[in-house]
Amino acid sequence: MRESRLLHVPFWATFVFLYAPIVVLVVYSFNAGDSPFSFEGFTFRWYGELAGNADIRTGLVNTLVVAAGSTVLSTVLGTLLAVGLARHTRSRLLDAVGLLPAVLPDLVLAIGLLVFYSAIKITLGLHSVLLAHTVFGMAFVAAVVRTRLAHADTSLEEASRDLGAGPLTTFARITLPQLAPGIAAGALLAFTLSVDEFVIAFFTAAPTEPTLPIVIYSMVRFGVTPEINALATLLLAVSFTVVIVAQRMTRLTESFS
Amino acid sequence: MTVDSPTRRGRAPIAARLVLLGPGLAYLAGFLLIPLALVLSYTVFRRGRFGGVVYEATAENFTRLFDPLYLDVVLGSVRIAVITTLLALLLGYPTAYLIARLPQPWKTIALVAIVLPFWTNFLVRVYAWIVLLSGPGLVNSTLLDLGLIDEPLELLYNQGTIVTGLLYSYLPLMVLPLYAAIERLDPQLREASANLGARPMRTFVSVTLPLTMPGVLTGCLFVFVPSFGNFIIPELLGGGRSIMVGNLIRDQFLKARDWPFGATLALALLAVLLVLLFAQAWTARRYGRA
Repeated sequence: MRESRLLHVPFWATFVFLYAPIVVLVVYSFNAGDSPFSFEGFTFRWYGELAGNADIRTGLVNTLVVAAGSTVLSTVLGTLLAVGLARHTRSRLLDAVGLLPAVLPDLVLAIGLLVFYSAIKITLGLHSVLLAHTVFGMAFVAAVVRTRLAHADTSLEEASRDLGAGPLTTFARITLPQLAPGIAAGALLAFTLSVDEFVIAFFTAAPTEPTLPIVIYSMVRFGVTPEINALATLLLAVSFTVVIVAQRMTRLTESFS
Repeated sequence: MTVDSPTRRGRAPIAARLVLLGPGLAYLAGFLLIPLALVLSYTVFRRGRFGGVVYEATAENFTRLFDPLYLDVVLGSVRIAVITTLLALLLGYPTAYLIARLPQPWKTIALVAIVLPFWTNFLVRVYAWIVLLSGPGLVNSTLLDLGLIDEPLELLYNQGTIVTGLLYSYLPLMVLPLYAAIERLDPQLREASANLGARPMRTFVSVTLPLTMPGVLTGCLFVFVPSFGNFIIPELLGGGRSIMVGNLIRDQFLKARDWPFGATLALALLAVLLVLLFAQAWTARRYGRA
């Protein structure tokens, strides 16, 4: 078709725009020179310095603690909520409340929680970030599990009940196994979002216990160093691996169901 | 069926409802609804001398909102977010259109390639632009080497840089809903239009665009919302000279310690977003579900 020739320009522009900065970051993370701006040969030096950076190590540990804790909480609360909303109520108001954390601007949730913690005198620390991340983590788990529920076969649950199983047995032995792929996907999403989250952590973390994004933020504000390039490259590698593995996994589970 | 089964059935749903809905809704009430209600209530109170709130009703936060000093920042943020959204639409529509027409497996590969940068750390993506655009950065040194300029350009720290950073961060959120809308389009409709003598441009304006309008609106909303309330990109790429409403809110809470006015600014932010949400729902209904 004639029209599509012209469309190739913005199409390729989009991909160049999205990937050029990433390529530059990765290339410069192996730059032997001190300046993060001109390439003077290949080195692994910045990766070594990164490994020795105590701030980043602390930030990473804090981030993993927060992400693991909030993922567990989000997965339990979100799964129960999804089943409850789909099967035991027709209230659109409750539906909206369940989705609210996913659509609310992060800044608004951040100041809300800061004000709330201060009003009920909760000291800030890793626990306050963990509880805050659970608010949106739970909403995303619930949303993913609900799409899975929409495709689930309700006749199995009915059969289980007709055969005399109580609601708990039916839930544990019929509903949960059917939902397992959705729950796993939701948990992965909650974990990734928590690891990456900056704004809410920035408002609800104690200055002495920063998460990794907060450490990166202060490094970036302080100035450009090749060490950040190395860190950025590592984070890119991790995210790319997770996304590609998740892509493979969903294709696998889809082909089985 | 046994005799006691109806009563067990009647009781079970209530217990199940409590177990399933109770914990999640209680959590959301405690950590979402109460905090939001607190922020809303702060808008009508006075600030405390050392931060915090004095519970003494006042309207001064709202009158201050219309002070040109603050109103300009709010309107400036709307402008930056609108420009970002339009640019994202201009780049995103043709991209989504071509992806929808790619054969497999290229279609999946292109879609994953669009989403991948979005799953990498937000701050790292912003940082990449500092490296590219700063005084001795790659863009300047390339232009110098090519002899196109004699001295480095001031590429960082202006509104254009903020728009670039926002566009870079949220472009995938425009492409995905557009792709979903274009993918669902029946190709026979365009063929029919062409067979009836319409030129490609006419077909696009009268057939393709109206039918994909819900996708356009969703994409615009997805880009506008995070752009409008952003404070990291304006701070890191804007150099503090042209701050957006997000910076203002952050400063009221963490620097000026004027929580009531910060809460009022947040309410203004939510009000703008709510108006847009209703406008989107209204237009989407007008165009029907494509």
